[in-house]
Amino acid sequence: MTWRSPLALLRDALRGQRAREKELRNLVSNLPYEGLEKGKQPNRHFPGNAIKTTKYTLLLFIPMNLFEQFHRLANIYFVGLAILNFVPVVNAFQPEVALIPICIIMALTALKDAWEDFRRYQSDRKLNNTPCLIYSRKEKQFMERRWKDVRVGDFVKVFCNEIVPADLLLLHTSDPNGVCHIETANLDGETNLKQRRAMSGLCISDPEFKPESFDSLVVCERPNNNLNHFKCYAEKPDKEKVGAGIESLLLRGCTVRNTDTAVGFVVYAGHETKSMLNNNGPRYKRSKLERKLNIDVIFCVILLFAMCLVGSLGHFVWLQKQPGVPPYLVADSNGHLDSPGLSAFYMFFTMIILLQVLIPISLYVSIELVKIGQIFFIANDIDLYDEETDSRVQCKALNITEDLGQIEYIFSDKTGTLTENKMVFRRCSIMGTEYAHKENGNPLHCAILFKQNELMQHLSLLFIVILHVFIYMHIQPAPVAVLILDYNPPDTLPNLAKMSGSLRRFITSWQRKPKRNRIFSEDSVIEEDHFNPPVKTEGSGAISGLQTCSLHAPSQDGKPATTSDNLSYEAESPDEAALVYAAKAYGFTLMGRTPNSVTVSLPSGKELVFEVLDTLAFDSVRKRMSILVRHPITKEYVLYSKGADYAIMELLEHLCGKQKSIAADTQRHLDCYAREGLRTLCFTKKVVSEKEYESWSVNRQRALAAMENREELTMDTAVQLETNLSLLGATGIEDRLQEGVPDTIVALREAGIQVWVLTGDKPETAVNIGYACRLLEEEDLVINMSCKNTLACTSILDCALEEVRRYSNDPRNVDTTPDISLVIDGRTLTMALSSDLQERFVDLAKHCRTVLCCRVTPLQKSRVVKVVREKLKVMTLAIGDGANDVNMIQAADIGIGISGQEGMQAVMASDFAISHFKHLKKLLLVHGHWCYTRLANMIIYFFYKNVAYVNLLFWYQFFCGFSGTAMIDYWLMIFFNLFFTSVPPIMFGIMDKDISAEMLLGVPELYRMGQGEYNFKTFWISMLDAFYQSLVCFFIPYIAYRDSDIDVFTFGTPLNTISLFTILLHLSIEIKAWTVVHWVIILGSVAIFFIVTLAYSGTCITCNPPSNPYWILQTQMADPMFYLICVITTVVALLGPRMTEGTKKQQHLRKNHFTPGIKSN
Amino acid sequence: MIGAMMASSYNEDGHITVSGPGGGTLRSKKPENTAFKQQRLPAWQPILTAGTVLPAFFIIGLIFIPIGIGLYVTSNNIKEFEIDYTGEDVSSPCFNCSQSFSWNSTRPCTCVIPFYLEQPYESSVFMYYGLSNFYQNHRRYVKSRDDSQLNGDMESLLKPSKECEPYAMNENKPIAPCGAIANSMFNDTFELFYNDPNGTKVQIPLSNTGIAWWTDKHVKFRNPGLNNPNLTAAFQGTTKPVNWRRPVYELDSAPDNNGFINEDFIVWMRTAALPTFRKLYRIINKTSNMVPTLPRGNYTLEVVYNYPVRSFDGRKRMILSTISWMGGKNPFLGIAYITVGSVCFFLGVVLLIIHHKCGNRSNSADISN
Repeated sequence: MTWRSPLALLRDALRGQRAREKELRNLVSNLPYEGLEKGKQPNRHFPGNAIKTTKYTLLLFIPMNLFEQFHRLANIYFVGLAILNFVPVVNAFQPEVALIPICIIMALTALKDAWEDFRRYQSDRKLNNTPCLIYSRKEKQFMERRWKDVRVGDFVKVFCNEIVPADLLLLHTSDPNGVCHIETANLDGETNLKQRRAMSGLCISDPEFKPESFDSLVVCERPNNNLNHFKCYAEKPDKEKVGAGIESLLLRGCTVRNTDTAVGFVVYAGHETKSMLNNNGPRYKRSKLERKLNIDVIFCVILLFAMCLVGSLGHFVWLQKQPGVPPYLVADSNGHLDSPGLSAFYMFFTMIILLQVLIPISLYVSIELVKIGQIFFIANDIDLYDEETDSRVQCKALNITEDLGQIEYIFSDKTGTLTENKMVFRRCSIMGTEYAHKENGNPLHCAILFKQNELMQHLSLLFIVILHVFIYMHIQPAPVAVLILDYNPPDTLPNLAKMSGSLRRFITSWQRKPKRNRIFSEDSVIEEDHFNPPVKTEGSGAISGLQTCSLHAPSQDGKPATTSDNLSYEAESPDEAALVYAAKAYGFTLMGRTPNSVTVSLPSGKELVFEVLDTLAFDSVRKRMSILVRHPITKEYVLYSKGADYAIMELLEHLCGKQKSIAADTQRHLDCYAREGLRTLCFTKKVVSEKEYESWSVNRQRALAAMENREELTMDTAVQLETNLSLLGATGIEDRLQEGVPDTIVALREAGIQVWVLTGDKPETAVNIGYACRLLEEEDLVINMSCKNTLACTSILDCALEEVRRYSNDPRNVDTTPDISLVIDGRTLTMALSSDLQERFVDLAKHCRTVLCCRVTPLQKSRVVKVVREKLKVMTLAIGDGANDVNMIQAADIGIGISGQEGMQAVMASDFAISHFKHLKKLLLVHGHWCYTRLANMIIYFFYKNVAYVNLLFWYQFFCGFSGTAMIDYWLMIFFNLFFTSVPPIMFGIMDKDISAEMLLGVPELYRMGQGEYNFKTFWISMLDAFYQSLVCFFIPYIAYRDSDIDVFTFGTPLNTISLFTILLHLSIEIKAWTVVHWVIILGSVAIFFIVTLAYSGTCITCNPPSNPYWILQTQMADPMFYLICVITTVVALLGPRMTEGTKKQQHLRKNHFTPGIKSN
Repeated sequence: MIGAMMASSYNEDGHITVSGPGGGTLRSKKPENTAFKQQRLPAWQPILTAGTVLPAFFIIGLIFIPIGIGLYVTSNNIKEFEIDYTGEDVSSPCFNCSQSFSWNSTRPCTCVIPFYLEQPYESSVFMYYGLSNFYQNHRRYVKSRDDSQLNGDMESLLKPSKECEPYAMNENKPIAPCGAIANSMFNDTFELFYNDPNGTKVQIPLSNTGIAWWTDKHVKFRNPGLNNPNLTAAFQGTTKPVNWRRPVYELDSAPDNNGFINEDFIVWMRTAALPTFRKLYRIINKTSNMVPTLPRGNYTLEVVYNYPVRSFDGRKRMILSTISWMGGKNPFLGIAYITVGSVCFFLGVVLLIIHHKCGNRSNSADISN
């Protein structure tokens, strides 16, 4: 190590800072610099690959954790109070004791934080020490190192099934085509494979890859968290630039699949990798109840101040009334007595520390504990468990369980949420003629039957499936999956054993989790469907259809014997898979798909290989995708496009005659499909002349290599080519409703929840699904809003509003009013949500039983949720399964993700993740209701408990000259809150059951009725109750002991005992269902009170001056008066309003609901 | 947090990443189907109905009324005599004493109060002094003591706790016992004489032991220098509280009732809970079964009037009371029990009538339906 001046170090640090901040980064290979000291390393400014997600360090844990905890206002308040104890003028009995509760609570929190951080530390260490292979120039080979040793500029080799240690620019793979497959399940949960392609021509890779030969400068953008976007280019020494995008980037955390080895150049490491940048902290949502609770805490503070003020004024008056200087007024150490005014001022603070328990210090901790318990029970509910995917309900947000019981509006996605997202090809329209696929679940199965069908004669149909990413096609020696066995000839069974493990995985995953078509999401897939009419010049055999798929053999070396029956496809979109399977059923089998070619086998057995020239990827603006292929026979350049009907229809070439009628027919068919609830796609074809192709191709290359605005440029080139298309036909694919959806929706509706569906589908499809899932009923009045401009929109809105009002105001319609439903499309929605129409739209929507929003973008979805949430001030829940629902899920009060079908983005963004829509019913109606009532009752009880207890001290002030004396031993007061009465409310909050689950499910109306449990009124009623009980608990013993020889702390003991019994029995009245746990905890609390108090007063002789607990409870317990006073006081305290209220409530319940129902439960 | 989640997802999903395709056995995440986890524990759901509430009311009534009657009778059987000797009134025998007063006067002022007992007191009689308007429960006052000094701790004896201020030191000597409570100790003394009808004055023996809690006398309060029989030596170096006339080791002649373990002192140190209180002063023990402890007749109470109460508008009383198992005279508890019991009973009857009527109506409604 050579010595370097601090200045140089500083300069270097500054340079590093600049290098990191720059928009573009220049990276070079580390190999030439291997072995040099750190200061000479070119990439030294960029962070290494070691990660640290811990919040604390060992040394700084205490100060940092304290700092963190003091961000909570409540903690500061309590510490402030504790410090107040040390101010001499307030005359605290034992200032140190006041610190105990806050210390215990903060220590518990710190312990929890430390444990969590330790877990993070362990997992970090495990990750950082994972082995990986880094190329070493000295050794001339890849050496085993650890993940933490990886630096930017290194060459890393990853084997099949290994996790990628850092973001790698793929340079070489074992695959001859330079592709590599990765699974991103660790990042987004998607189990399908994604294809990555090596950057070509940067290293000498024949026959073996040589990292030393890499001499280019890699220029890449600043790290960002976009997982689907990456821009970089490599500049060779000869200034030639080669562009690369996300398709060449292996992301940290992905797993390499089906590729023996892959070598990449590290561009981002450690915390700069895309996966780490995506790790934002946990979202913190505050529940509605908690917001209300904070208001009530403020009320308590006001109450506390009022009581302190009363105490302070009372003390002033009391002092004023003293005729002389009585012996019980103790001067300060100088023998000087404060003036009454000053004493009264000090007394205010004394009162604060005396009555501070009024603000429940343990409430926040208790709420957290209760929520943990509630989540435990939700997660363990066997009814919310899905056998098939082996998944429980996941609770990601820990602090909003009770909001589940408050939902008023549900916003649901359609595809994959209401429907199964298992696509079945149903019908198609080819050149204006309509064909139906047999109505049978399995297209493959029925297609075999179909072969004999004479319709087949007329159908020389071919689906051309062009998948922008790929279709996984497995050529299987033998099938394993049941689905395949279904249609497999039995003679292939003996081959079963040869089946490789990886194949099994893929097949099962295909069966289980087909990916959903993301027509309206960002990265989608193209399918093309080409009808080849018999009249075409190529002749019946020469079929211009093609399938461009990525053929992926299970074993790399194997030359798969492709028999079409054994094929299994994995597609990114289930629509595409459905189409490929359907095509196969008609004899047109996709045999192979490489990036550059598509192999299709025809019914005649002939194989055609199409050359793929380019693919124009899907984007949400164009809403279509295309592939440019070269026909193997005619050698024509043909562009096939697939997309949403409205995105395709407007691009058709000038229509004349027959074309026009075909288009009209197809449109009619499309409408018809939509009415049946089918998902529609249009397919077109365009022959491109060679000249046209070549000129376009140049533009395309330029666009692809562009560093700036690459997306826009490539999109422009796509739009350039996608003109004058000629329509081939359309398909209709069915997406079946999930099990239990109609039932769930009806139940949710009966519970008073409004259900909205926000979908990207067309209105007809949406309405159809709406009827199918009973969102719309036959007799409903459906208002259809679809307009082109704002003016029309305004007038329609006004009309509808007026009509709706007329309907609801008409007395004749009280019972007969059909429910009103609104169907609105994306364009109209944009206008309706504009600021001037917003009010009217929301007003209209309020009157509607159901709103269906069709053709909405992800952004609109979240906008709808936000507008409704803010304008109507209601609790909203959004449920969805796809990436396009993420915005909406995050905008709603509660976001629910459906796991399974479409990756994990929705689940990652959600607060709760369930596996089926039907689980929503129990989650809301049962768990939501329970969580809410439990927590609400617990919080009310907590306030009651503290007020009831503290008021005893307050009443005593009237008899001690408002001097702030406590008649209860300080320790016992702390124990009272910390041990004797803390567990029962927590148990109450976790386990109480006011209504049984069956009842809640059977009578969904109970959900709405349970929503008002915690409000202003209940809070104040319980406050009054607390006042009443404290009055009784204080004054009955007071009168009984008046003018006797009782001393301060002997007087306090029965009071303490009485309030314990009153408080626990009060809870017992609140508890609706007593289980063993309830009995144990309530009786245990009483037992602990007596044991602890007896032990304490048996041992504490002089330990806690000035209080004098010694032998007091023992003496009291030997006195029959003690029991007599306890019994009568408790009875009077509870017999009062509580009992009558309880009786009333019960009677109310019994009257209103279903007496037989309750009995049966 | 998510960092941890991601990392742990590596761990949890390790079977995919590590063992490759097909490898690893999946542990089912299926929740256990136990009554506890499924929230199906057998539960008792108490439902308040007329059937449960009515008997409860009647039972409470039936239990409380006899208890109340018992308490009331017991309380009524207790005999109590109270005499206020504050001397506010000019006609009062103690008027002079109450006017000419200072804490440090050396000449004791005695006043003689005659009274007449209308009933004979059969059992042992407790003699109390009562003070009213004396806030022994004042926060600063309650604090003003040193328990370890009173427990015989030598160190505290010579260095009283700060809590005793300003009654911790006097003329640079530690005060024993320190603090405001001790300093303001009640120091009136009573002597009771029975005026025999034949004209002789018989002094009634007053026992000054057994008036404090046993635990206080034997555990909580101890003289310093436990084995030192010479209390004067044990309290060497300390001074008496400012208001006291005698040092603590001269409180009583009997060695087991002197110093900190003097029972009058212990009784005073147990600070009263309420501003009007009484404290046990002496016990007049029952001597024989034949003669009442205090026969009916004229008595004379001789008070050595030392304790000033004018500074707080206080009153001083002397109380004679017999006691029972429930302590002193206290009619309130009996009345409370009787009242609550009656109210419950009454409510029970009212509810029963309502229920009977309504029940009939709803029954008939059911039938008509």
